[in-house]
Amino acid sequence: MVLFRHELSCGKHMLWIWSAIISGMLLICILVYPEMKQQMTDISGMFADMGAFSAAFGMDQLNFGEFIGFFCVECGNILGLGGAFFAALLGISSLAKEEKEQTAEFLLTHPIRRQNAVLQKFAAILTQILILNGVVSIVTMAGIAFIQETPDYGTLALLCFAYLFLQIEIASICFGVSAFLSKGGLGMGLGLAAVFYFLNIISNLLDKMDFLKYVTPFSYTEGTFIVTEGRIDGPYFTVGVILALAGILTAYYWYPKKDIA
Amino acid sequence: MKGSITGMNIIETKGLTKYYGKARGILDMNLTVQEGDFFGFIGPNGAGKSTAIRILLGLISPTKGSAKIMGKDILTHPKEILSETGYMPSESAFYNNMKVKDLIKLSADFRKKDCAAESNRLCERLLLDRNKKICELSLGNRKKVSIVCALQHMPRLCILDEPTNGLDPLIQREFYKILQERNKQGSTIFLSSHALSEVQKYCKHAAVIREGKLLVSDQMDHLGHTQAKRVVLRGVTELSNQLCGIKDMQTDSEGIRFLYSGNLKTLLSFLAPLPITDISITEPDLEEIFIHYYE
Repeated sequence: MVLFRHELSCGKHMLWIWSAIISGMLLICILVYPEMKQQMTDISGMFADMGAFSAAFGMDQLNFGEFIGFFCVECGNILGLGGAFFAALLGISSLAKEEKEQTAEFLLTHPIRRQNAVLQKFAAILTQILILNGVVSIVTMAGIAFIQETPDYGTLALLCFAYLFLQIEIASICFGVSAFLSKGGLGMGLGLAAVFYFLNIISNLLDKMDFLKYVTPFSYTEGTFIVTEGRIDGPYFTVGVILALAGILTAYYWYPKKDIA
Repeated sequence: MKGSITGMNIIETKGLTKYYGKARGILDMNLTVQEGDFFGFIGPNGAGKSTAIRILLGLISPTKGSAKIMGKDILTHPKEILSETGYMPSESAFYNNMKVKDLIKLSADFRKKDCAAESNRLCERLLLDRNKKICELSLGNRKKVSIVCALQHMPRLCILDEPTNGLDPLIQREFYKILQERNKQGSTIFLSSHALSEVQKYCKHAAVIREGKLLVSDQMDHLGHTQAKRVVLRGVTELSNQLCGIKDMQTDSEGIRFLYSGNLKTLLSFLAPLPITDISITEPDLEEIFIHYYE
């Protein structure tokens, strides 16, 4: 597990910066909730009347007067988009950075099988995502305790799990793409995360584009569904699991055959 | 049998070929290097030296052919081969934010070996500061890090791609001293180089590669013994008739020098009527042989 430890060590600064930014912004959002709570009932009514715009962000069916409704939209965007970008950066750079920075020659001329290198690198990505979400969860719980709210913790846990898996899926897809790259690809990774986010908005806006929900992982993080149904949308989640596995398997089978530039 | 060539092939390639798309890498290369050898791999830029080395190390896969190192197929046993091999790339790139000592330890950890004592010895001999960060190092010092990583685990086979580029002459001398010691202890040294004088000085065998093809592979002494002769004439500044077999002709105010491969009697008859004041006919040095193979 030398490579696994090395990867964690190399990525620790980025991990703490992203953890601090995402959990800090979440904390600010949670802390301002008591101030906004009074106005939230009116805001909910206003969002409900805004039609397609609020539907795009899932704000038409959520009750902003309740903390969980507020959390879904405000905090969900921060954790969803922020986490997605973080995961994309991790996934897309993991294998490609070795060739971009010309360290692949050093790494791969040591007695380590490439399949094993792929697994250790992915384990490091997974660990970093888990640490970020662990930090975010602790900060969220502390914030909720501080403002003395008592949301449905089951629903909150489901939301957090959905966002966690969204990050794992995006990281896995980017990891698969990373196996083909030899010149970085940060822009591609961030772009992919952004495209997924906007695909979800488009699918919310237009009924005929509903099929896009199977493509984007943001579909199974929809707070509207999770809060009202008390579960994650199964079909979208299943596709997400398949795409994540496809990304990992692509890297596992392609990278060992790849000519290292 | 330490310090001598054992007769066992430590590197053996058969019809090794690599194409990058349509571009040629190496063509039908049959190369054998025996265990205990100090082997020089000579060729100009783009000849295919690094391609051959990168195939042997499993960084790229061959288009055709096969290769064995220590009797093991490079495609099926890369881990076993790499655990007994030390590699020094021509361009040393490492993780820039690490300290030299951490990187050297990382390399040892990848090999699951405690190489602290040997790496300390090597760092002292090469005058390498272990507490500096990689990003603060000059090209030469990066090369030193590369040497330590390649040698600290006492590998059975050392593959060194242009190892002395960027090293100052004193460190080069120390480096070759270390390699000679390792060779005497039984390690096989396989190095590619442009510094032909170094190859001539240290290597027991050498191979010449050109445009992806292996031209010749032989003992250093035999390579130096070609039919070609270096001829230096004084008193003449031009040759009216061209003799077949003359190559690499250089003229200056004092005379003419050229490489001649052909019948010596014909050469002497050709030179006899010329107003020559002095003549020397010698074995060409490796550099000249190198040119001979390349033309």
